[in-house]
Amino acid sequence: MRPVRLSRRALLKGSLAIGAGLTIGFELPVARPRRAMAQTPGVFTPNQWLSIDRDGLVTITNSVPEMGQGSMTTTTIIIADELDADWKHIRVNQAPADPKVYANPVTGSQSYGGSRGVRDHIEMWRKSAAAAREMLMQAAANEWGVSVDQVETEPGVVVHRATGRRLTYGQLVDRAQALPVPQNPKLKTPDKFRYIGKNLHRLDTPEKVTGRGIYGMDVQVPGMLVGLIARPPVVSGAKVKSFDATAAKAVPGVKHVVQVTSGVAVVADRFSAALAGRRALQVSWDLGPLAQLSSEEISREYATLAKQPGQVARHDGDAEKALGAGGRTLEAVYEVPYLEHACMEVMNATAHVLPDSCVVWAPTQNPGGTQATAARITGLPANKVTVNTTLLGGGFGRRGEVDFIVDAVETAKAVGVPVKLMWTREDDMQHGFYRPATYNVFRGALDGNGTPAAWFHRIVGPGILIQKGRAAANSVDPAAVTIARELPYDVPNMQVEWVNKDVGVPVGFWRSVGASQNAFVTESFIDELAHLAGKDPFEYRRALLGKSPRHKAVLEMVAARANWGAPVPAGHGRGIACAFSYGSYAAHVVEASVDAEGRVRVHRIVCVIDCGLAVNPDQVKAQMEGGAVYGLTAALYGQITIANGGVQQSNFDSYPMLRINEMPTVEAHILDSGEAPGGLGEPGVPPVAPALCNAIFALTGKRIRRLPIRPEELKRA
Amino acid sequence: MINLVVNGKPQRVDVSPDQPLLWVIREDLRLTGTKYGCGIALCGACTVHLDGAPIRSCVTPVSAAAGKRVTTIEGLSPQGTHPVQRAWMEVDAPQCGFCQSGQIMSAAALLARKASPTDADIDAAMVGNICRCGTYQRIRAAIHRAAALNKGGAR
Repeated sequence: MRPVRLSRRALLKGSLAIGAGLTIGFELPVARPRRAMAQTPGVFTPNQWLSIDRDGLVTITNSVPEMGQGSMTTTTIIIADELDADWKHIRVNQAPADPKVYANPVTGSQSYGGSRGVRDHIEMWRKSAAAAREMLMQAAANEWGVSVDQVETEPGVVVHRATGRRLTYGQLVDRAQALPVPQNPKLKTPDKFRYIGKNLHRLDTPEKVTGRGIYGMDVQVPGMLVGLIARPPVVSGAKVKSFDATAAKAVPGVKHVVQVTSGVAVVADRFSAALAGRRALQVSWDLGPLAQLSSEEISREYATLAKQPGQVARHDGDAEKALGAGGRTLEAVYEVPYLEHACMEVMNATAHVLPDSCVVWAPTQNPGGTQATAARITGLPANKVTVNTTLLGGGFGRRGEVDFIVDAVETAKAVGVPVKLMWTREDDMQHGFYRPATYNVFRGALDGNGTPAAWFHRIVGPGILIQKGRAAANSVDPAAVTIARELPYDVPNMQVEWVNKDVGVPVGFWRSVGASQNAFVTESFIDELAHLAGKDPFEYRRALLGKSPRHKAVLEMVAARANWGAPVPAGHGRGIACAFSYGSYAAHVVEASVDAEGRVRVHRIVCVIDCGLAVNPDQVKAQMEGGAVYGLTAALYGQITIANGGVQQSNFDSYPMLRINEMPTVEAHILDSGEAPGGLGEPGVPPVAPALCNAIFALTGKRIRRLPIRPEELKRA
Repeated sequence: MINLVVNGKPQRVDVSPDQPLLWVIREDLRLTGTKYGCGIALCGACTVHLDGAPIRSCVTPVSAAAGKRVTTIEGLSPQGTHPVQRAWMEVDAPQCGFCQSGQIMSAAALLARKASPTDADIDAAMVGNICRCGTYQRIRAAIHRAAALNKGGAR
């Protein structure tokens, strides 16, 4: 048996009064209640994260959206373990938007990215559950007239050791509710963990193998219409000059045609009617400043700017001097393209706007931002905006944006009835927030032993945080220089510079963000230096990692597990790379071959992750498997190009995904460092592309300095 | 009016004959387990069975299903205990899960045709189903496991 999931279908079918099926009083500001929260009689509710009813059913509220990373299960494991709950007697539901109650305690917001689910919340959740457990123990001790240190818990039960007396959590609900909430509960020592560190099944698998799970696009609201927006042919900056809705309104089923910020919405009684109406709609666009933009122009501008100094992100010693000291030197240029997230579920949201309230149903990583956005558009106070976070059909950073929320709320406000605002795949691919394209100049110098004496790296590209107004315009955007600035290798003279060039293409957080391209370029260039020095790429890195023992440990372990020193199968090449991102250390060894046509086949990936405490090891491995596919897809196929200001790719034919017939064996290993938890959604991505390209070099002698990998460049003459 | 048999139940839908079967399933019959992913038969998220054969419902006009048996993920088994579903649960194949209805329908059709598929059979039958979360390794393992379960296989 698995714990049950509170059915969302029931919740979604109801009226506007829907919360998210909460059993707790989420309107109370409850940073640290002195006494258990006000709630339904017969329910013990020590805080916003859990409640227990008289039947002993534990309800856990998960604040981190479930986008595939397994948050629903991981949150539950952490709370259930510290509570000593019976795993078979738990249900979990998704928190509503209410940042005062549910915000991530580290970021202070109810927006989830950066692989922060476990690492930012675990301490708070454990304390919350430990407090509840202490209250249940105290309630039982009071009942038996014994001291609380004579009682202990088994899953769902308080036990008096000396007499064998037992009271279930359900029997203690009313007594526990009357007790003060302990402010400094004692946490379990790791040897007492009952669920953490075990391989537990995901709670969401049953609903995901039966079609019962409700994603954003599955939401059904009585009286709902379906909208699609006619969007401009350019990626950003266009405005509607005028539109003629006559033909669109003549399409059977089309009910409304309204202008919104991102274009013109066609609202119909079904998807196909909205699509036909959109096709019939005549829109005249002011294409704006990007109308002439092309990828070729962007590359040329980047190359020109790369000749000029940038802002200094890191400066150790004197790289210029060391480069001119007469040792062996190497110069290289690396380029990476824009990438789109391509969540399997296209962007969408459903909204109903009434004069005094608004309800949004959305597959969002950003419930707090969704609420704030809807409040801004409707003019309602935030507490009149209810946000129901559905399952997410992929997130990868795309769903932290609120553009699709704006679409839905503006359209629903304009037409007065509930609207499910859908995107097509083409909309999704051509109106995204892309992983930035960057241009990188490297110069390296070796000393007499072949050790790097100088490392110069200049990056040209946009700053995601700066574009979004979340970092000062003249600052060094951390997302642009991450990994590059923190290069872990011992190099006495190091210069890392960044030239901020934002051409206006909307950029965003793409699974592992700056680490995705900066690990590729730095882990490729260190490999170049190793080969220049005539040294083994693994041993070369290892010797330079004296100041970063956790990098070194994952690298050594992956080399051992991949049998690094042993001969590679005939016709295969083997490459290695490592990277720290989002709190975790990862190292990968990739084995690949290249056929006569230059097509790359990846056979095997061995990876090691040091994520500190691994809450659910099987799902840690699942994230590494998934990260490998995400990284390979980008390395082999991923590129978004711009022509006439528009994205040239439109669907999975022009933006291909890795498929099952190309799937290598992925062997994921966990290095148990005993450290605090790190992230997992992202750290499995960055080392993949460089390890693959290093393997291709080992096999062919051809260095991939421009992604994606182009078969024509690897074709045998 | 078009007559269909969906998950064993006769249905009459009042839609134009060129309406994609996907949207009839999702919007008229309110069976949302079948997903829209690409709209042009590139991703497999909309896979259902038509008289037992896997098809992409996003490019199949509803008229092509008239009088035929349509099976969606909701109708694969009454309790979600089809061997493919059990195997999927054993290995925890899904991550975000959005593509998995289509994956499962493709896999179930493969196993109905071939009791013990090889890896090459799996590649050929499943190549049309994209999983952006990258669960392919577990999908492969789950198909082999389902084949074993089908034979009343070892626990």
